[in-house]
Amino acid sequence: MKKPRVGIVAGFGINADLELAQAFELAGAEGEITPISEIFERPQLLDQWSILSFPGGFSFGDHLGSGKVLSHQIKARIGENIRAFIDRGGLVLGVCNGFQTLVKMGLLPNTNQDMEPSVSLIHNDSGQFLNRWVRLEVNTKNSSPWLSELRVENGPLEYPIRHGEGKFIFGSEIIRRELTNNQRIAFRYGDNPNGSVDNVAGITDGTGQVLGLMPHPEAFLYAQQHPRWTREGVEEPTAGLRLFQGAVKSLR
Amino acid sequence: MRIEIAYKPELGDGRAERIMSHLRAGRMAVSQCRIIDAYMIDGVVDLEPARVVDLFCEKVSQTSAVDRPLAAEEEWWDGAIEIVFKPGVTDPIAITAREALELELGRQLGPEVVVQQARQYLFALDTTDALSTTLENIAAALHNPLIQRAIVVPKTNLGPTSFPGIYPRVTLGDQDKNPLTYDLVSMRDDELLALSVERLLALTLGEMKVIQAYYQDPTTQEARRRAGLPVAVTDIELEMLGQSWSEHCKHKIFAARIQYDDASGQEPIEIAGLFSSYIKKTTDDLTPLRPDLRSVFHDNSGVVDFDEDTVMCFKAETHNSPSALDPYGGAITGIVGVNRDILGTGKGAWPFFNTNVLCFGHPDTPGEQIPEGLLPPSRVMAGVHEGIIDGGNQSGIPVAAGAFLFDESYLGKPLVFCGTGGLMPRKVRGEESWVQHIDAGDLAVMAGGRIGKDGIHGATFSSLELDETSPTSAVQIGDPITQRKMIDFLLEARDLGLYKGITDNGAGGLSSSLGEMAEYSGGVRVDLDLAPLKYEGLSPWEIWVSESQERMSLALDPSTWDDFAALAQRRGVEVSVIGQFTDNGFVDLRYRGKTLGLLSLEFIHDGLPKMNLRAQWEPSTQRRTLAKAQGSHHSLPNSPAAIENLWLSLLEEPNIRSKEPLVRQYDHEVQGRSVGKPFTGTGEGGVFGPTDGGALRPRIDSYRGVSVTHGINPRVGDDDTYKMAVLAVDEAYRSHIALGGDPLGASALDNFCWPDPVEGPGTPDGAYKMAQLVRANQGLRDACLAYTLPLVSGKDSMKNDVRLGGVKVSVRPTLLVSLFGIIPDLRRLVSSDFKAPGDEIWLVGTRAAIWGGQKTKPANQPGTFALGGSFLEKVLAGPQAPARTYGGDQGFHLGAAPNVDLSEAPGYYQTTARALEQGLFTSIHDLSDGGLAVALAESAMGGSLGCVIDVATYQQKTTAGMAELLFNEEPTRFLVTLRPGTAGIFEELYKNFGVVRLGTVEKDQRIKVQGNLVPPVTLRLDDGRRTWGKGWQE
Repeated sequence: MKKPRVGIVAGFGINADLELAQAFELAGAEGEITPISEIFERPQLLDQWSILSFPGGFSFGDHLGSGKVLSHQIKARIGENIRAFIDRGGLVLGVCNGFQTLVKMGLLPNTNQDMEPSVSLIHNDSGQFLNRWVRLEVNTKNSSPWLSELRVENGPLEYPIRHGEGKFIFGSEIIRRELTNNQRIAFRYGDNPNGSVDNVAGITDGTGQVLGLMPHPEAFLYAQQHPRWTREGVEEPTAGLRLFQGAVKSLR
Repeated sequence: MRIEIAYKPELGDGRAERIMSHLRAGRMAVSQCRIIDAYMIDGVVDLEPARVVDLFCEKVSQTSAVDRPLAAEEEWWDGAIEIVFKPGVTDPIAITAREALELELGRQLGPEVVVQQARQYLFALDTTDALSTTLENIAAALHNPLIQRAIVVPKTNLGPTSFPGIYPRVTLGDQDKNPLTYDLVSMRDDELLALSVERLLALTLGEMKVIQAYYQDPTTQEARRRAGLPVAVTDIELEMLGQSWSEHCKHKIFAARIQYDDASGQEPIEIAGLFSSYIKKTTDDLTPLRPDLRSVFHDNSGVVDFDEDTVMCFKAETHNSPSALDPYGGAITGIVGVNRDILGTGKGAWPFFNTNVLCFGHPDTPGEQIPEGLLPPSRVMAGVHEGIIDGGNQSGIPVAAGAFLFDESYLGKPLVFCGTGGLMPRKVRGEESWVQHIDAGDLAVMAGGRIGKDGIHGATFSSLELDETSPTSAVQIGDPITQRKMIDFLLEARDLGLYKGITDNGAGGLSSSLGEMAEYSGGVRVDLDLAPLKYEGLSPWEIWVSESQERMSLALDPSTWDDFAALAQRRGVEVSVIGQFTDNGFVDLRYRGKTLGLLSLEFIHDGLPKMNLRAQWEPSTQRRTLAKAQGSHHSLPNSPAAIENLWLSLLEEPNIRSKEPLVRQYDHEVQGRSVGKPFTGTGEGGVFGPTDGGALRPRIDSYRGVSVTHGINPRVGDDDTYKMAVLAVDEAYRSHIALGGDPLGASALDNFCWPDPVEGPGTPDGAYKMAQLVRANQGLRDACLAYTLPLVSGKDSMKNDVRLGGVKVSVRPTLLVSLFGIIPDLRRLVSSDFKAPGDEIWLVGTRAAIWGGQKTKPANQPGTFALGGSFLEKVLAGPQAPARTYGGDQGFHLGAAPNVDLSEAPGYYQTTARALEQGLFTSIHDLSDGGLAVALAESAMGGSLGCVIDVATYQQKTTAGMAELLFNEEPTRFLVTLRPGTAGIFEELYKNFGVVRLGTVEKDQRIKVQGNLVPPVTLRLDDGRRTWGKGWQE
């Protein structure tokens, strides 16, 4: 069977594109790192991809708010193409800066299908960038294909976070209830590192096809990336790799 | 148009909380703070405010206002402080804002368009506090007047125009582009010297006279006549010579001929040059043993094999002087600058890790001890730390290893060592990647940022002592985002074969980069008017030596230009042809077709005569006699309570204390290669154990790894810089071994940061400092030869002195050894944390380090173990005023420092590598600052496991008191744990070395040390976490 092809957005300060491509390759897909300017020039690139992914990094330096400038550009130039991409069953992933981008362009959570932003990610309560591993609870009631290989998890899984603007907030109580009651929360922190409301670490859209999360699954592709691998057995495939495997499998 | 954006008032802002906590730490009474970002845009026709707000404001969390102050919407505040960069200073946020606007409008914005950015803080003052906090105090704490200005507006004064709609910009006017000329040929000596000072050339009279002789030479005069140049020297020529011959670029002290008197009574020996006699010679001698060396010394970084398909390179630099003036800008420029060294190695390498070793004055130095004109060390540290965070994180390059050092001697100039490692495919389009060719006819191309006045005279300025007149134009701010785009583009162009040669623009700018590249072809012609500028009005000489950031110089075959330029445009990187390489032996500098400068390459690179310097050693046994010491061996604390207090004091000492809260602000995992991270263990109570260095996995299809480690111990130099160098090498190598490294697979960098060692009126002790430098080189050579450790690149910074208000503060002579090496199989890594109750704890080392090196014991070493330069000595001595010189014969000391048994150590390390290969250890931790006591505490806290140690027999055999035994810093030692029942194999393996069985790992959360004291000396792990783990919590 032909490998699914994955578009990986790059350029303008995005910097975790190589390891995201690696993650998809290990999961059995074909990762295609593509400068965003090329996607703007040729939006039809989306037609050949089954997954569109937004890696971590500092798009535009996060100078005007994390992911803000990139999201504005993407929405204005290829927003419609992405909507069509999702309509035909395409999967979308945003990690860290990619999550911030998806939220700020309104693709997540997109409850009203109008791509109006309704949640946000703001500076951590500490006011500092933080790199450490966090425990995450997977919402087993969320039926997103991205979580399909993670629902079997015994106890919380662990990914690293690496961000200064990861505090998740809801724009209103209505949206908070809606996301909670409809099981759109995908991941919650076990030990909240940034002040996120309701410990939210990642969410999906209504279709489950779009996932955004602050922690980095692509930074946990093999056992020796885990911070305690020298003390305890770490199983492979790792929890990080399984997120990608789940998505790729769902395409078959 | 002025747009203000802020978080909605009801949302908390972590940044504002953090700023308040910093201000409160500086005894300023603030009770509330709000941050507002302002963008000023001018010159864009028909720009709808709503469109800009859409672009810049995120409406779920933020609110905005156009052309009116957000501050007016709120009542609670007392004063507003707005901080903006001064005209001409690089502002990365404004650059991004401009780029965002260009993307939005779908067109390039012309020079008439101004986009600026400012940050405003609203503060409420705590009126109940008796401290008289003023807005001016707060403003002073928030900005650096060298590069920023602050506008302070009390609420009562707030009006619609309190904050400008546009700030002043650089206006230089159209200066006279004709160069100034100087009639050098007929100048008297005093005039020559005055000229050097006037133009900030940092050249001595002798050097000026060599330049004079060049211009007096009839051959020179004939060449100039033919080029239409006067006999007189032009400003651009003088500037190029000043830059090329600066200590910073030419390393004159390391090239000097030295008369070295080692005080042995023998005739002084003559050293042809420190670099050639010790550093290069060491590597030359090791080359037959190390077929993996690919390119050493001559390129921007040293290149060695990683595996059959890949080579790796490493370079470290310092950015001390800029960091003293502007800590944030200095540090960020240091990091992105050394990244460019990697991009500029061979055909271009990919940066895959950063390192940083940061040396500051003590953060709690009392204000009255800080000379007027210097920033307090806590402020320097905060700024440098922030710069390292932004520089690395925004570039997407992980921090692999590093250190923080605190010493009173770094009060004047901080030392900011920045390193970067790179990866390259072995072959690029069929050719060895570390080789570059540049031929006559190739185009000289500049890529990346534009040229401004920033960083002019950086190379010469860092070759001078820092004083009141130091030029602030030497300060720059790096922009990692612009650079990252350039790196991505250039490596893409490399793989397409679109250029032939590449080097970075760092100190000295184009003058340095093109001057070096011209050596390949034999000359270069540069048309300076073709170089893109940030703003009009730069003189040609300024264009030539400006150190504006994010620029590379390249050599292109003309046939590849079109493709190169087209790719650059698609990737949003500016590239310009600014000249052509030639083979006529000259650097030919033109502006609008007219020749402004002509210098022979040979003269630039080889015309500088060697300096002759004197070095006079004074042995430690005479300088640091025990009779002179205020402290003595016999007064070491010797009660259980006193030892326990000392243990806690050491754990809390800023150098030893965990840096976790600081280091976790660095991204150390981006690129997905981090296998050995900065911290390890269970993280009980939020405190992790430290590791001995970084371990990286370059390729996911192989477990072959790279170690990254450091060695640095400036306090040992008070005794003898020879030992300081040997110990630095040993520490870096020891950590490499602890990480499972190949004993024959490591390479190192040497970075010397010295106080001025040239004898003169301002430096009467220059000959001694020079002898310290000679001895450090000798130690470096001896240790590197013993460990088969080639030096593949390095750098020296020789003027780390500050003179302010008549006070001179010089750094302790400092040598940083940075090591990168091969880990044959990363799965050998066992980490430093204790793993399981019941594991046996052993101490291993060379026999001399474990049992005391009695045979060679110096007269000023009272005990079995040498304690000079240890942190025990530092803690017992208490706070020290910044000394003007470091001879070490005054004040408190504990005599001689330890030395390494270099005859035994290599075999011992090979044995340790074998033990790790066999999987014998469950943990391994190197003993360094604070000795056994600190290593035990770190391994125990890491694993959240305690232990019982019995050293009674060990004490008897060595006649060492408890303090001496626990806190000595003898080298070569590891603390290891073994599974129960494997001690037999272990003892057999180490039969020719020193081993001591210490005790057993236990569940109980304390370390109990049984020996000659009753009750046993005990450390509760909770107390350890409180002192060692929490010191930097903000």
